[in-house]
Amino acid sequence: MYRYDEFDQTLVDERVVQFRDQVQRRLSGELTEPQFKPLRLMNGLYMQLHAYMLRVAIPYGMMSSEQLRMLAHIARRYDRGYGHFTTRQNIQYNWPKLPEVPDLLADLAKVQMNAIQTSGNSFRNTTADQYGGVAADEIEDPRIWSEIIRQWSTLHPEFSFLPRKFKIAVTGSPNDRAAVRFHDIGIVIVEGDGGEIGFEVLVGGGLGRSPFVAKTIRDFLPKQHLLSYLEAILRVYNQLGRRDNLFKARIKILVHETGTEEFARLVEDEWAQIKDAGVDLSVEEVGRIKAYFAPPVYEALDADVAEFRAQRDADPDFDLWAGTNLAPHRQPGYAIVNLSLKPEGGPPGDATADQMDRVADLADTFSLGEIRVTHEQNLVFAHVRQADLHELWTELTAIAMTTPNMGLITDTICCPGLDYCNLANARSIPVAQRISRRFADLKLQHNIGELRIKMSGCINACGHHHAGHIGILGVDRKGEEYYQITLGGSGAEDASIGKVIGPAFSEDAVVDAVATVVNVYVAKRKDGERFLDTCRRIGPEPFKEKLYGAH
Amino acid sequence: MNLRTLTANRLGDGAVVYLTGDGDWSRSINDGRLITSTEEGDDALRVARRCLEAHAVVEPYLIDIIADTGSRRPAGTRELIRSRGPSIAAGVPAEQR
Repeated sequence: MYRYDEFDQTLVDERVVQFRDQVQRRLSGELTEPQFKPLRLMNGLYMQLHAYMLRVAIPYGMMSSEQLRMLAHIARRYDRGYGHFTTRQNIQYNWPKLPEVPDLLADLAKVQMNAIQTSGNSFRNTTADQYGGVAADEIEDPRIWSEIIRQWSTLHPEFSFLPRKFKIAVTGSPNDRAAVRFHDIGIVIVEGDGGEIGFEVLVGGGLGRSPFVAKTIRDFLPKQHLLSYLEAILRVYNQLGRRDNLFKARIKILVHETGTEEFARLVEDEWAQIKDAGVDLSVEEVGRIKAYFAPPVYEALDADVAEFRAQRDADPDFDLWAGTNLAPHRQPGYAIVNLSLKPEGGPPGDATADQMDRVADLADTFSLGEIRVTHEQNLVFAHVRQADLHELWTELTAIAMTTPNMGLITDTICCPGLDYCNLANARSIPVAQRISRRFADLKLQHNIGELRIKMSGCINACGHHHAGHIGILGVDRKGEEYYQITLGGSGAEDASIGKVIGPAFSEDAVVDAVATVVNVYVAKRKDGERFLDTCRRIGPEPFKEKLYGAH
Repeated sequence: MNLRTLTANRLGDGAVVYLTGDGDWSRSINDGRLITSTEEGDDALRVARRCLEAHAVVEPYLIDIIADTGSRRPAGTRELIRSRGPSIAAGVPAEQR
């Protein structure tokens, strides 16, 4: 994985010193809150309902065991012993104290981590396919380009005060595990005519108040031009994006109102002017960064591991987990392991300091000391020998991370909601917990099959509810929590925006409503049909009839 | 006018606090100043502004409350959660740690 060079480290160290001074001046009264607020936000520090919240960047979701141990230390030393992994592959701490935040950031800097640009109207953490570099279906490793984008977009002088925040996602596989079509810019690594590798570039995707699926503005961009092309998009947005209306400031609104074709023309015109201006990296520099992501030295193993097969045959629990939580690895004899952060009744995405420490140790033993965070709020070990899987499963079971529910109804994406968030209108975690308990029976979950529930506590959609097969949006009705259900969304390569099924449900009724939707699906599905397939085939009426028919 | 009290977040740790009758801040809503008129609300906001200038708290505002025998609670869900803390256990359920 990438290691900071002297420039990265100096930048991060200097930012800690700068912020320490700003905090000291705030506490002494030299700075007022209106003066301090933009400074703390530039360092990922929010004020939430009960306390400050610090969001720490995990670039494209990748970290070392050393870094995860530091995250555990921070949870223990500066917070309340846990952290929350987010849909941007970051981690949030819910209880830091302002006077201690500079020390916290200094500790982070010791392991090459920071909280820069995890808030504010700037580039946010670039996200990527969590299986980067190891997926069997991958064309090329998205992490190389994510790291290049990270370096280009960190404190970029021209784009430090954009009209609104800006999010980029990269996938190297046609199977989209990074929700690239719901990003301001989505980058899909593709193979062009003649086998040349390049990028399909999509813009204007997003969730929130006005959800849009991103539009392709270039089918094929040669790899060497990525940064100049991104710069052209950002220049058009920076110039034409609205700054007079917060709700219309994202690039998705600009693309929608300008029209995809015209927006693409504006970008191409801008690009023509800057393409040869030295923005793009040299082949040597790309090669230097690529070297950090060189494949590890794997053992030469058979694709068919008899020991693993025998262990699956002998142990039904292990077999169920292996069938659900593993993904195909490009290296014979290895597997990608998903660690579920969705135990029965647990807050989705939360991990305790003890769990983080143990995961770090297990990563050292079983997966080359490396851990990844997924935008679906789980963790990944990317390099596990199949012969080691049973032992790893046993160890992970001891820390409640082997719930065999990847992609199933209890693998819910869920924002912090009104239990923590200042913007939320309704709680989301307790609803996710109740769904988790309602569908805890593994036979039931597996019988239902792939069903992705995504839930947000407000219209800002941090929980991606628009992209849920079943989406749940918390709303406030005269001080009471209600929940609107959408059906038919998808964050994958077949991206779609879910449609509201009808009037919202009370807190007491929403889990029953989800169960009713599931029952309609089970009754109507054809052989092999996922929930999303059935939903798209039969439309909303059968669901509406069961949900509201009696009224 | 509804019964009200004045709340803010403490500067150092962001904790939820309530303005008391003697111009101090308390973590308990039961210690909060009971506001029954627009004039009392304006007076509470004036006190809070002085505290803002003294850098004790941030973002003060008035909230509606319901006063029962011996205790008070906020009228809406958001403020109820602010006054009591998250409605969920931190991290993962104790039995799974």
